[in-house]
Amino acid sequence: MSETAIGTGGAEKKTHASPSYLEDGHSIRSWLLTGDHKRIAVLYIISVTFFFAIGSMFAGLIRLELTQPAGTILESETYNRVFTGHGIIMVFFFLVAAIPATLGNFMLPIMVGAKDLAFPRLNLLSWYVFVAAGVCLFVAILGGGVDTGWTFYTPYSSLYSNSQVTWAVFAAFLAGFSSILTALNFIVTVHKMRAPGMTWFRLPLFVWAAYATSVIVMLGTPVIAITLLLVVFERAFHLPIFSPELGGDPVLFQHLFWFYSHPAVYIMILPAFGVISELVANFSRKRVFGYHAIAFSSLAIAGLGFFVWGHHLFVSSQSMYEGVVFSVISYLVAVPSAIKIFNWTATIYKGNVRLASPMMWALGFFGLFTVGGLTGLFLSCMGTDIHLTATYFIVAHFHYVMVGGAVMAYLGGLHYWWPKITGRLFNDNLGKVSALVTFFGFNLTFFPQFILGFLGMPRRYHYYYFAPEFQVYHVMSTMGASFLALGMGMPAFYFTASLFNGKKAGPNPWGAHGLEWQTTSPPPTFNFEETPIVLDDVYDFDPVSEHENNRRALEDGGDQ
Amino acid sequence: MNFTNFPIAPPSASTFAPQIDGLYYFLWIFTAIFTLIVGFFVVFFSIHYKEGSPADRSRPLYEHIGLELTWSVIPGILGLVFFYLGARLFIHMRTPPKDAKEIFVVGKQWMWHIQHPNGVRENNTLHVPIDTPIKLTMISQDVIHAFFVPAFRTQMMVVPGRYTDLWFTPTKIGEYHLFCNMYCGTQHSEMGGTVVVMPQADYSEWLKNNGMAVANLTMEQRGAKIFSSIGCDKCHTAEDTIHGPTLNGLYGSKRIFTDGSSAMANDEYIRESILKPHSRLTKGYGETMPEYANDLTEEQVLLLNTFIRTQGAIPAGTAGTTSNLTGAEIPSSGAKTNKNTAMSVNADQHGATPSTATPTIQKGKLSVGATAANEKNQ
Amino acid sequence: MSDATLTHGHDSHEDVDLHHQFEDFEQQCECYIVGMWSFLVTEIMFFGALFLTFTLSRYMYQLDFWKAHEHLNVTMGAINTSVLLFSSWSMVMAVHSNQLRRRIHSIAYLGVTIACAMTFLVIKYFEYSEKFRDKLYPGVGFTHDAHTLHGANLNHAQLFYGLYFGMTGLHAVHIIVGILILSALIRLFVIKAKCVMKDYVPTELVGLYWHFVDLVWIFLFPLFYLMPQPH
Repeated sequence: MSETAIGTGGAEKKTHASPSYLEDGHSIRSWLLTGDHKRIAVLYIISVTFFFAIGSMFAGLIRLELTQPAGTILESETYNRVFTGHGIIMVFFFLVAAIPATLGNFMLPIMVGAKDLAFPRLNLLSWYVFVAAGVCLFVAILGGGVDTGWTFYTPYSSLYSNSQVTWAVFAAFLAGFSSILTALNFIVTVHKMRAPGMTWFRLPLFVWAAYATSVIVMLGTPVIAITLLLVVFERAFHLPIFSPELGGDPVLFQHLFWFYSHPAVYIMILPAFGVISELVANFSRKRVFGYHAIAFSSLAIAGLGFFVWGHHLFVSSQSMYEGVVFSVISYLVAVPSAIKIFNWTATIYKGNVRLASPMMWALGFFGLFTVGGLTGLFLSCMGTDIHLTATYFIVAHFHYVMVGGAVMAYLGGLHYWWPKITGRLFNDNLGKVSALVTFFGFNLTFFPQFILGFLGMPRRYHYYYFAPEFQVYHVMSTMGASFLALGMGMPAFYFTASLFNGKKAGPNPWGAHGLEWQTTSPPPTFNFEETPIVLDDVYDFDPVSEHENNRRALEDGGDQ
Repeated sequence: MNFTNFPIAPPSASTFAPQIDGLYYFLWIFTAIFTLIVGFFVVFFSIHYKEGSPADRSRPLYEHIGLELTWSVIPGILGLVFFYLGARLFIHMRTPPKDAKEIFVVGKQWMWHIQHPNGVRENNTLHVPIDTPIKLTMISQDVIHAFFVPAFRTQMMVVPGRYTDLWFTPTKIGEYHLFCNMYCGTQHSEMGGTVVVMPQADYSEWLKNNGMAVANLTMEQRGAKIFSSIGCDKCHTAEDTIHGPTLNGLYGSKRIFTDGSSAMANDEYIRESILKPHSRLTKGYGETMPEYANDLTEEQVLLLNTFIRTQGAIPAGTAGTTSNLTGAEIPSSGAKTNKNTAMSVNADQHGATPSTATPTIQKGKLSVGATAANEKNQ
Repeated sequence: MSDATLTHGHDSHEDVDLHHQFEDFEQQCECYIVGMWSFLVTEIMFFGALFLTFTLSRYMYQLDFWKAHEHLNVTMGAINTSVLLFSSWSMVMAVHSNQLRRRIHSIAYLGVTIACAMTFLVIKYFEYSEKFRDKLYPGVGFTHDAHTLHGANLNHAQLFYGLYFGMTGLHAVHIIVGILILSALIRLFVIKAKCVMKDYVPTELVGLYWHFVDLVWIFLFPLFYLMPQPH
């Protein structure tokens, strides 16, 4: 765990102005063997963007196919492979890695005032494992694809499916390992690498969220890893674990699977909460309201999240009383999320709100995540869940949470930290337009799916010619998906453009608060010229200058 | 009730439906109110406190334990209320009454086998009497499926290696969708069918007649069912269409083919046209019809043949006799045949008048349930 | 964690490799120790899922599992348990010697630990080959011989042996990894690398891992070999 191939870093460290991490070595080797968390984060950004693009293409195919009750271009066999590919890529290769491995990797050490993560080589290994997982995935896809659904339910996945299950399972297994390595790094870094004066309660809320996420990853991911391994064993050696014909229990798989995969929902959304906390505080230019409440609610979610997996199994033949317990805990886990929403709203109150593009994404998050979270109540409410489970209602619900929540927050965070990562400013107006188009496109895509679900349209259905009443909503949904694609595609263009002709960003283009804005943009290899000493509280916007702003604003208002 | 083009709820056909719908709409109202409140405050604050606005920002608040408690406890209590309502309903829905009538269901890729206690079997169609508690005891033969009837607002997984159960009391006569709601492989989306709710008297009658609405079907009635279930009637309607020629008056008529040759439409020709339609194409038509050589058994072809014959050279409605290929009794009256055919095809539609049905069966009347009848006849 | 901080003097650590990301040596040591413990938590969850699967299966098929377990060789299992317990002791002694800066002692104790690990694997090899001879590996070739199975249901016996090979196999993989790590550590002592000469944290980390592997076996042995007869 040394500075391996950081090139000339050591020599220039002593000079006054260290080169930025982007200029510190230009060879491909200096990127591929880097130990620098910022470069690894950039590698991750490129990888997850790639996977997101592939997953989105699959989503587009699905939407296209569903405009006609009897399909348009795909066979059922292909369609099943397409939606499985969409699910596996988006869950294991985009959402789990999206915020922690990119924004988290880049920002977390800077935010706590460290030179790097605790184990840089482990961090690099994590990226390589991720790439290896991607290779396995492509072997699976190019070898004919997988048709089990991303949930790999047994005994279909273990004994019946004739597709590339083993490769896909192995891909998910490796992707899980890569997230464990990142999480281990985060935990150690937060515990032991904080700068002098950076007490636990001075940590930015993004760090709290990343920490809580890491705890979930460390505790949950090994379970899914071993579960998926057991599926492979059952497939390869006919080990009777999940198949009843051999003496196994198919529902055991569901328990083990959701023991990870429900907490995994929080692995995806908690970092998003962290990003939103940053955005709301910094663009309201005010200390966050209820800092402790938000920080502890992240930990509460991480803890409670492990005891609600059974709400995926209300109708799977688990005991009725088991279901009752899981239902009541599911309601309890909703409370910390509600607390966050209220606290963010209260943060904006009496703030100095700057409606720049990252804030627009955050506002979009509010609308979509609130609907996504509240429709979760329909599903933890056991009575309605009997009807709604596994229908398009579920599909709509988790897309509201995952896309409306996690992806909106990821894009918001990317807009917010883009100047820090690249040192360039992008076109803020385009950013706002993109956020708006995404918001409306998203609602048009997924709101009709709530109705579809209540009408009874089951998820993972290729044909619905026997129920033509569903078609109108599918057509609406596909229309919305085109807007969604436009909204989410736009950033690719103006971000790329900013790299070539974007204005140079100063250290703190947003006037935000936090250690990451005290270093140059982009930061030097070791993040700071010298180890920062933290003296002020987190989000401690100077009340005097804010008051001054306020007074000037009043005067300006008076002049008009 | 439902909008014609934008349905917002499935038909409500069991005792559970009003209860679930009540809870569902209640939750939507709650969701709407909550979202509007949050949305209003977020947007209002963002605009009111926009940078440079002359709003009052004195004495900002950063921590307030009272507020935190308020907005933890109130959602917590509301959550417990929803939990109570949901759990009460769930326990009711998962506890079958003792006097429920039991029907057995076996799921397999990609078909539902259903067996009534008196031995009547059906595939992909479930006939149940109205206002009677029904308990389904279910098991899967291969992978996990789920038995889902949206109109009854209930579903349950069908798991291999163990029995699961599902109960409901139908309250409205009609035909409703039956879906498999747990992904089960290639044809998952087509593993569905129909649940038919019948008046109790009709149901008893139906059970007594071995699952037939009236009596045992004749050969051409069975042929008619196949005709509609595999979708022949989509293209071969009462008139020639661009999709296919009518079969009315086909039997015994002279056919002219694309290569200019011609032949008499006899049994051989009909069989060949079903199994290998492209070998002799009727003038004016392309190779649009699928080949059924691998999909139909000889028995099914025979039944189709007997049905197509009755659409024969003699115009419908005129009495006439047809040659008796198998020695089975075939009614000699074309009119009578029409009526019987119509009734049997629409046997599911109790209470509906079958008078509009023609032997070629209305277009679009193809229900998945008909597949079941087809299976049953094999 | 805290005791590590306490016992680490501030004396001669300045010349020990300090990796670029750390402020000082203490921070580096603490990071490694927190990291190791976190890793072990992950390992516990990893094995935990398997133990859960085993417990559930055994609960469901108590009698068949008991019958199938009759064919396991308790003597070999018991010897292996003692061997591993002994290796844990020598590992402790290795850490202790390292703390006292006794290089040769450390190498010797680490050597003993490796020897124990090897012995464990050799005994395991004989055990496995016995099972393979009796065709007790799950899959199409699984034995139908009622005598070998002691009358257990074929599928349930297969499940038992599947879990047996899966769990002890995964444990054996950990032993092999342990041997590699121990060998690397010995090499560090042999070449008198600064990181082990001036500091015992690397040895302690290897020790933590080794005790964990040992502990897993302590659970595996009674679960598989020492089942009471169900009534």
